[in-house]
Amino acid sequence: MTNKHMNRIACFGGVYSNYLALDVAIRDARRRGVDEILCLGDFGAFGPHPNRSLDLLRMHNITCIQGNYDHSIGNELDDCQCGYTDPRDNHFAQISYDYTLSGTSVEHRGWMRELPEQLRRKLGPLSVLMCHGSPRQVNEFLWESTTPTHFLDKLARDYQADVILSTHTGIRWQRELADRRRAVNVGVLGRPENDGQTNVWYTILSYSRDVELQVEFVPVEYDFRSLADEMDNEGLPKEFSETIRTGWWTTCLEILPAKERRRGRY
Amino acid sequence: MSVTCDSPSVELSSLDHLWFQVAGTLCNLTCHHCFIRCSPKNDSFGYLTLSEVRRRLEESVALGVKEYYFTGGEPFLNHDMAPILVETLRYGPATVLTNGTVLKDQWLQTLADAEAASLYSLEFRVSIDGFSPETNDPIRGAGTFDRAIRGVKRLVDFGFLPIITAARTWSDDDETAVVGQFVTMLKSTGYERPRLKILPTLHLGAEEERSHGYRDSERITAEMLAYYDMSQLICDHSRIVTDRGVYVCPILIESADARLGETIGQSMGSYPLRHGACYTCYQYGAICSNPSSAAVHDK
Repeated sequence: MTNKHMNRIACFGGVYSNYLALDVAIRDARRRGVDEILCLGDFGAFGPHPNRSLDLLRMHNITCIQGNYDHSIGNELDDCQCGYTDPRDNHFAQISYDYTLSGTSVEHRGWMRELPEQLRRKLGPLSVLMCHGSPRQVNEFLWESTTPTHFLDKLARDYQADVILSTHTGIRWQRELADRRRAVNVGVLGRPENDGQTNVWYTILSYSRDVELQVEFVPVEYDFRSLADEMDNEGLPKEFSETIRTGWWTTCLEILPAKERRRGRY
Repeated sequence: MSVTCDSPSVELSSLDHLWFQVAGTLCNLTCHHCFIRCSPKNDSFGYLTLSEVRRRLEESVALGVKEYYFTGGEPFLNHDMAPILVETLRYGPATVLTNGTVLKDQWLQTLADAEAASLYSLEFRVSIDGFSPETNDPIRGAGTFDRAIRGVKRLVDFGFLPIITAARTWSDDDETAVVGQFVTMLKSTGYERPRLKILPTLHLGAEEERSHGYRDSERITAEMLAYYDMSQLICDHSRIVTDRGVYVCPILIESADARLGETIGQSMGSYPLRHGACYTCYQYGAICSNPSSAAVHDK
């Protein structure tokens, strides 16, 4: 693991082939003068034309780690290892996976196959551990409503991290831990957060002596209608483009805990 | 219950799920497939008190427990149940496995308020084993379908989204149709976005008499664990607190060898997969946890 020293970074995850939102987020983060932009994995799934997002990530030298989806695509596995239990969720996940696998170039597959699962950075004096699901498991769900603070405290101690960054679940949140440590789910760019809003999110983390760690969730407005139209034109399920147009999740619902599920429409 | 020697053992990788046998083996129903023969008269395991649960919750903090599950018997026969869940929601997410037939509005209001004030989710898992009285009641008892559905409606009225849990007492070929009928039935009662969890039957306890027990060949061998995702086994990440000590998993509490110690700390050792039920756990994986905590290790 490399260990660069910085004061301001941008992080996102779950691009899910939403190259239009990715393009906006990268430009926005650059404009804000961040030291580095990092992507915590899951480049494909759900959206159209997977190579377009990968082209952007690599063209802009975004630092990337490997999510479960990228491990699967990179190694050409049979499924995405998302951990769904509901047959309907698995049905839609498989459609998405097959589309993404066939649409990802051999060269991009090779690139994502070699990505690290975790990275560490120094943000000021703080040790920041970046992972996809959790520090201990790439596809572990850390939902806000099912992740106790004492569990996060233990992870932070075990992995010697002042800040743990993750994505995977698709909904951003943060929690202050013991000894001024912090856990942050940086959100995803690929689809909205099941709240009826069409924007997506990324996160800027800053360190200054005055306030120490500052976490800012940044909304990303993009041309969601064009993305949804492209998804329809590609023959992807209407359920997917409905989520992009409405901000409500229509699939992958069984993995949601009660609180997160109640906030949605379906 | 027959066991075998030289079974492969499972180390506790981390204590993610802490279970409580909060109503012991006491239940207002006597289901024909119950793997621990719970009934109104089976008091071989008794209730846990609020103070006992609180003591275990405190112990769980340093261990980094991620989720708390409450089962029985019927948990809501324990009159401390609502206060126990309220207390648990101060520590982390709570899930209670109920038959839905004895719920009271006063408890549900208390719990709805407690969940709203908590960071964490409260999940109700309601056992219903058929989509109609004709398919459910022969297993769970006369009138239980209607009573359980009233419980589901009551939970939905209080804003909960109960997970309907059904033991698979039908053939695999019928699975899609049965699940579809469950969904249709639940929507017709006003539960607009039903959540379902289908469980395999465990050939223990009453179910051993209803269908059959485990054959000697239905055991886990060391060879079977090569390349196997151990996180699918409950004993990889769980323990259960009872009024008679801490056991390896909720399924095996009637097996004397499954008692690991008096405290959680004493019960962190490995456990041999020597029981037939271990074979079902191996076959189906993650049979006791909620879908939101499902995850598979890297393949």
